Amino acid sequence: MAETEAIAALFKAGDCVRVREAYPIGHVRTPYYIRGKSGVIERLCGAYPNPEELAYARPGLPRQPLYRVRFRQTDVWQGYRGKGDDTVDIEIYQHWLQAQ
Amino acid sequence: MSEHHHHDESVPHRHPLRADQDDTLTYWRAMEIAVRELLIDKEITTADEVRREVEAMDNRTPAHGGRVIARAWSDPDFRKLLLEDGNAACEAMGLERGLYKLVAVENTDKVHNVVVCTLCSCYPRFLLGLPPDWYKSRNYRSRVISDPRAVLGEFGTVVGDDAVVRVHDSTADMRYLVVPKRPSGTEGFSESKLAELVTRDAMIGVSFARQP
Repeated sequence: MAETEAIAALFKAGDCVRVREAYPIGHVRTPYYIRGKSGVIERLCGAYPNPEELAYARPGLPRQPLYRVRFRQTDVWQGYRGKGDDTVDIEIYQHWLQAQ
Repeated sequence: MSEHHHHDESVPHRHPLRADQDDTLTYWRAMEIAVRELLIDKEITTADEVRREVEAMDNRTPAHGGRVIARAWSDPDFRKLLLEDGNAACEAMGLERGLYKLVAVENTDKVHNVVVCTLCSCYPRFLLGLPPDWYKSRNYRSRVISDPRAVLGEFGTVVGDDAVVRVHDSTADMRYLVVPKRPSGTEGFSESKLAELVTRDAMIGVSFARQP
């Protein structure tokens, strides 16, 4: 598979998305604390070889679109002590995101 | 005769000796040596090339990042480029482009940005050098993500209620650089004078730039 081959981006900045609530074994870059949470696409970062494959010496192709997703801290942590509009921005690969 | 010579000459050091840290051949040390020696034997790399990379790594310091920030404070076009394409901005200054995409996030009166890698210790090494030990600690990684204002407070950094705190979790292929707010009273400062006010911690977002 050509290194240039990438999966088409499904989302754009401003789209509401939900992170899949899944717990596969292996090397995963989606932190536990954000699984099942809803946020908004901040930007599309490009497409990168899937690290879940790269970690096992496989090529990780086709490349996966990667987004920065913005979450409200109060939606992520119960009893968050900061301000209501504080945020956490996380890089998440497309195969972990569902349209909301 | 000085005070010093009243001591027993057979005890040259009065302070406790620091324990050696390189005398235990752990699993990963043995692995590193084995892989390095194999690569050298197979002529894929050389001992000098390995040494040069280590030297280059140690020569990367937050001063590089400080120059970038000072330029962004001084030159509106460069600031725009840095925020749109961080790697191109570094290249334009004659710095390394970096292997990862650089996302610069700007602190303003309304937004305070702070960077963490909750999964490991991703850090813009090409601009800031090696990360500080606390950046890699479980304590910082687990707490700044869920209670950033308290952790910032422990660093002596109080962000007012009129500003939003944005934590950036560096989980994948981006690296983050915080553009601190330009300190007041620095009008007319040269770039090199401004760069002296930009600290490593300000570019991670756990503090503000120094006041002159």
